[in-house]
Amino acid sequence: MEEVRLMKGNEALAHAAIRYGADGYFGYPITPQSEVLETLEDEMPWETTGMVVLQAESEVAAINMVYAGAGCGKAVFTSSSSPGVSLMQEGISYIAASELPALIINVMRGGPGLGTIHPSQADYFQACKGGGHGDYHAIVLAPSSVQEMCDFVSLGWDLAFKYRTPAMILADGIVGQMMEKVVLPEQRPRRTEEQIRQQCPWATTGKKGRKQNIITSLELDDDRMEQNNLRFQRTYREIEKNETRCELINTDGCDYLLVAFGSMARICQKVMELAAEKGIKLGLVRPITLWPFPAQQIADAAKGCKGILTVELDAGQMIEDVKLAVNCNVEVKHYGRLGGNVPTPDEVLAALENLFINK
Amino acid sequence: MKEEIIIAGFGGQGVLSMGKILAYSGLMEDKEVTWMPSYGPEQRGGTANVTVILSDERISSPILNAYDTAVVLNQQSLDRFESKVKPGGVLIYDSYGIHTPPKRTDIKVYHINAMEATFELKNNKAFNMIVLGALLKVKPIVAVESVLKGLKKTLPERHHNLIPMNEEALHRGVDIMEE
Amino acid sequence: MDINDIIKPENRVYKRPALLNDTHMHYCPGCSHGVVHKLIAEILEEMNAEDKAIGVAPVGCAVFAYNYIDVDFIEAAHGRAPAVATAIKRLQPDKLVFTYQGDGDLAAIGTAETIHAANRGENIAIVFINNAIYGMTGGQMAPTTLLGMKTATTPYGRRADLNGYPLAISNLVAQLDGACYVTRQSVHTPAAVRKAKAAIRKAFENSMAGKGTSLVEIVSTCNSGWKLPPVQANEWMKEHMFEKYPIGDLKNV
Repeated sequence: MEEVRLMKGNEALAHAAIRYGADGYFGYPITPQSEVLETLEDEMPWETTGMVVLQAESEVAAINMVYAGAGCGKAVFTSSSSPGVSLMQEGISYIAASELPALIINVMRGGPGLGTIHPSQADYFQACKGGGHGDYHAIVLAPSSVQEMCDFVSLGWDLAFKYRTPAMILADGIVGQMMEKVVLPEQRPRRTEEQIRQQCPWATTGKKGRKQNIITSLELDDDRMEQNNLRFQRTYREIEKNETRCELINTDGCDYLLVAFGSMARICQKVMELAAEKGIKLGLVRPITLWPFPAQQIADAAKGCKGILTVELDAGQMIEDVKLAVNCNVEVKHYGRLGGNVPTPDEVLAALENLFINK
Repeated sequence: MKEEIIIAGFGGQGVLSMGKILAYSGLMEDKEVTWMPSYGPEQRGGTANVTVILSDERISSPILNAYDTAVVLNQQSLDRFESKVKPGGVLIYDSYGIHTPPKRTDIKVYHINAMEATFELKNNKAFNMIVLGALLKVKPIVAVESVLKGLKKTLPERHHNLIPMNEEALHRGVDIMEE
Repeated sequence: MDINDIIKPENRVYKRPALLNDTHMHYCPGCSHGVVHKLIAEILEEMNAEDKAIGVAPVGCAVFAYNYIDVDFIEAAHGRAPAVATAIKRLQPDKLVFTYQGDGDLAAIGTAETIHAANRGENIAIVFINNAIYGMTGGQMAPTTLLGMKTATTPYGRRADLNGYPLAISNLVAQLDGACYVTRQSVHTPAAVRKAKAAIRKAFENSMAGKGTSLVEIVSTCNSGWKLPPVQANEWMKEHMFEKYPIGDLKNV
């Protein structure tokens, strides 16, 4: 029986990474995720597993260190919050274009600009629609509990290595800062040099017994660059087919459907409790992968319901994907708070009543 | 069983760590727990608050609009959270520095003099444990033994010498609530 | 005696280094890059480092360095080579890790990464080609462009009041505790080439010995950007570049 611990989401994530057998972390402090680097420095994994931990000079340097580590076939990651993740976008584009597996964590805070340190989900577009330049995607996972902050570390890396693509954990200040019970995974050994050579024959590990390996995203021949792009797109279609994940709660025969991810999905579960007391039947779809987006699952869950409310800590971003999912067959509305403010459950219920029931 | 608690006061009063100790105590009793702080460097010296939920079942939202119990340790927090206590709920406040006491009559209001008790104990670090003792007297959400067990588990060995002081403060809190 | 009597293995006195690919380089005639590439290939071969060398290519004219030097390579985003090299070396400490960067990459967009990698004393070697101009993008001003020098973005000559001063970044790096070896060399004569080779070899050995960061600046020409024939470009370099960027060791501990 594994020991149950009480931890912040950010701390659980750091522990999970060590236990996954991570090879390296490169990051730069920013609220509300600095506990990731602080926990790693406190745990000193270089003394135990041999994992590298480095406080870089900037987010720009950090993401390029991750790019390099991934190029070496290593399990490497970085974490930041919204403004820092904006700085990383070029590097994420390079990682995607070089077909490298890497894990990036964004514990979102309110923006735009320097904004606030309080929770937000306003980086949905940035995370799911590219962020950096060019036609690429990162797999985006949205944890809604401390346990998921822990579990999505291994899920993220496994998917990143399987598809040779960046994976992002898109959390927010609530999930990062709150403490909950968590069961950490068993410590796994880091892969040996030989195992990395076998798993990642493309990695820059020194050209012993093989031809030179080159990690690059540069291809000046347009036809070859188009072929590269088509290969990326085939991978993305594969990911969409195999890796779309969501949680459905009481969606069968519901009057209205809520769609929310991360911390907002937690608040929506309370909204469902409050609504039930008033005799309103609410269902909830919680996308776990924001890209690929669970469009089909939402379309199925929406059949027969009178309306959909997306609840987001932004001005209405995910709602665009929900509208596309139901193809205007069901009315879709949005409720959100901005700038680091978080709606209370009764506030969300009142919004639902105003937008759909008492309109 | 489900208890939704807000603890609020000045940064530096031990608000967040009191919530943490309560959460750990819940963990010792195999309860589901959530600890959600107001966070960030601006809390230092400003106001700090933490929502703690203990439950026998899976906890939904860590963010609440109403609380079963509010523990408020300064005037600002009293002004902000008095109205957020559910009817029939409990409000505990420390009298130190309070110029406008709570007015609601549909909730149970308790006032304590924990700050004065810290002066008597000559230990200002004991403040939050005194408040916690007082809270547990009114609302036995967790057993005092679980609090001590939680402390032993979470404090590093080198700080275990602090446990008797904390235990004394906890009992002191129970006592002042009886007064 | 015809030519076939001469071209025999026993008569061979010079050959292409094994780690320099037999391919056409895209560099302009007279460019220093080809010479420095050859030196790196030779040194890696002499050090038996073929299996453990990992190079980091820049953005700039040398972006395709990996097509010419036959070891594992990572192509870095513009200016990020020292950060990339940092991670490679930290994650694979047994490897010989070097960056190959131009003046725009190293001393403008990548200044922070250069300074901080050296300040951390990362066990990497940095080969820095300083030709005082942006070659690949078409001859714009570099941070190292001399005062009065004409470029595409300083068509009337670099002016201190408008464009600031030429940056002697190697002198800056030499101040840092993490830097163990900082030197300035050139490759415009056979004697200079030999000295440059010894310097790069020393930098590579430092990487393997874990002595800290080494930086070898090669003061170079850019005939296309300077709009001078190769020989005249060398003359111009001696006359003007060496005054601001004098050849010699800046630090050797």
